[in-house]
Amino acid sequence: MERFIRLSGRAAAMPAANIDTDVIMPKAFLKGIDRSGLAAGLFHDLRFDENGAVRDDFILNRADMAETRFLLVGPNFGCGSSREHAVWGMLQYGIRGIIGSSYGAIFADNAANNGLLLLSLPLEQVAALMAELGDGAGEMTVDLDAQRIAMGAYAAGFDIDPATRRALMLGLDRIGETLTHADRIRAFEKAYLGRKPWLMGAER
Amino acid sequence: MSAPKTLYDKIVDEHRILSFDESGEAGERLLLYIDRTVLNEYTSPQAFSGLRAAGRAPWRPAASLGVVDHVNSTNPDSEAGELDDGARRQIEYLGENGRDFGIEIFDLFDPRQGIEHVVMPELGLVLPGMVIAAGDSHSTTYGAFGVVGFGIGTSDIEHLLATQTLVYRRLRTMRITIDGTLAPGVTAKDLIMEVIRRIGADGAAGHAVEFAGEAIGALGVEARMTICNMAVECGARVALMAPDDKVVEYIAGCPRAPSAGLLAQARAEWQVLRSDPGARFDKEIALDAGDIPPMVSWGTSPDQSLAITGIVPDPDDLPAERRADAIRAMAYMGLAPHTPLQDIAIDRAFIGSCTNARLTDLRDAARILKGRKVAPGVRAMISPGSSGVRRAAEEEGIDRIFIEAGFEWRRSGCSLCLAMNDDSLAPGERCASSTNRNFEGRQGIGGRTHLMSPAMVAAAAVTGRLADVRELAAEEFD
Repeated sequence: MERFIRLSGRAAAMPAANIDTDVIMPKAFLKGIDRSGLAAGLFHDLRFDENGAVRDDFILNRADMAETRFLLVGPNFGCGSSREHAVWGMLQYGIRGIIGSSYGAIFADNAANNGLLLLSLPLEQVAALMAELGDGAGEMTVDLDAQRIAMGAYAAGFDIDPATRRALMLGLDRIGETLTHADRIRAFEKAYLGRKPWLMGAER
Repeated sequence: MSAPKTLYDKIVDEHRILSFDESGEAGERLLLYIDRTVLNEYTSPQAFSGLRAAGRAPWRPAASLGVVDHVNSTNPDSEAGELDDGARRQIEYLGENGRDFGIEIFDLFDPRQGIEHVVMPELGLVLPGMVIAAGDSHSTTYGAFGVVGFGIGTSDIEHLLATQTLVYRRLRTMRITIDGTLAPGVTAKDLIMEVIRRIGADGAAGHAVEFAGEAIGALGVEARMTICNMAVECGARVALMAPDDKVVEYIAGCPRAPSAGLLAQARAEWQVLRSDPGARFDKEIALDAGDIPPMVSWGTSPDQSLAITGIVPDPDDLPAERRADAIRAMAYMGLAPHTPLQDIAIDRAFIGSCTNARLTDLRDAARILKGRKVAPGVRAMISPGSSGVRRAAEEEGIDRIFIEAGFEWRRSGCSLCLAMNDDSLAPGERCASSTNRNFEGRQGIGGRTHLMSPAMVAAAAVTGRLADVRELAAEEFD
């Protein structure tokens, strides 16, 4: 996964609450067996109408939003379905970071596993950023190393979980890391299943 | 004596291989052993491709089961006819992965096929005290058995397959205590919809929610599954209920239940699967079951719901932070403020999904449908939760009641709950639905979903508009 250390880019606001993963990546784009082609699906039914025509009123369709790198979002963004396609589509579209107050839990895990930065800021701070951005296309800078966010006249520090930050900055192979503990997993499993013989009884 | 513990913390502690920070508190980062998973055809393919690319194999293949449920047609008259190329390829790839990696797969026409969260419990694969993580957000369903169940994305499916573990964050805990008795005509679905309405779509975010109280104990195991299933719609990562005798009896009747001897041994151990007296929860909420009416959703988020006797709200009456979302939802739903919910006419009725398509759900709906007909102009469908539920219903003759009322008796799958197959709403169509999400476009682009219990769907189907089931079955509920 691509590392995130420091990035500047266009930010777009999507202030509605509870934007779910069905909306982020509609079902028509879930029929693959690989991860490709998902930029086309991102927010598809908001970007295009039933006839495939571009909806001019959708923020990401504005000419000045063509290179959007950050989304400034409302509460509980990414709730609903577990589909990781939502995160893959974000990254393929070019979105590298999302700034909001809270996220769907599975979406947040998926983001961390793919190098998509999610910042969880206090509501007032998100509101201040929204106010700074207004209806325009602001240039935002997120410095994960220094834990600073800046846009226009606004600049502040932020908190982030240290393990998530480290993984984002280093782009770690998570499975490889866990498998360095293979002996402990094996020993745990033997003792655990030995203690609970009914667990294996039901398996084929 | 050690400090009193919650049921959630007991199960997490029992599965903790190692802790990265040894805190033992909410937020602790640990390596968690996972007992079992279930794989579907649409969220698992890239996980298997990842394993293949890295030259890795599943850690314990017998801990996984694969089921086709999301993309398959439920048309009873067709073989795989309505499958598009993508769906066909996903189903084939699941089969290929099963063969190559030694994982059992229930394919399209396997008699045990069905929705993953219906199949797992009915086989007896969900046992108290387990941790089950799976690539579907409704994996919270397993909480009805005293299981820590939760949804994961595809990268974590790959991690789980390769290591039988997940890198896990211990959640905060919340207890929702529901005492009292549900009124006649009010079901587990209404109960969880009222909880979601009250606390909001993110009201339980970051929490493992334990449901407790006499109203939960009074419910059957299938009704409890409905509650745990839909708890994810208020942001719960895990939903839990302490297992009781009903749970053990349910398991004992399942085809892959542990042998009688092992079950007796397990039963003794399962006694500890309850929160200790005095255990501290980060949040506590209490409801009286007797106050809960039959519920329907009016908006596009599961917390936008009301008693069936209510009216579509006036955005001006809502808190400021909810107003813009409500206006948007009403525009999408084609509803004006102050419209009585019971005046809203429907085009479609659907009973199905991992939330509400088990045998008891079908019986609830059939009780309303018996001797009645679906209203003219309404297309009504039922997709039983599994092929097994479908057969059991046919043995009871319930299928005849649905068919005679005018319902289409479909095969099993996720179907119109998320419309990944050919079951979907046309733009503007309005559906009374026993499913779990009323998101924009979920049941079809421009489709309008009203969530409710199976009995309420039946009432809407025969009335042609959203209806109060208590009025249709007054004599029965007396």
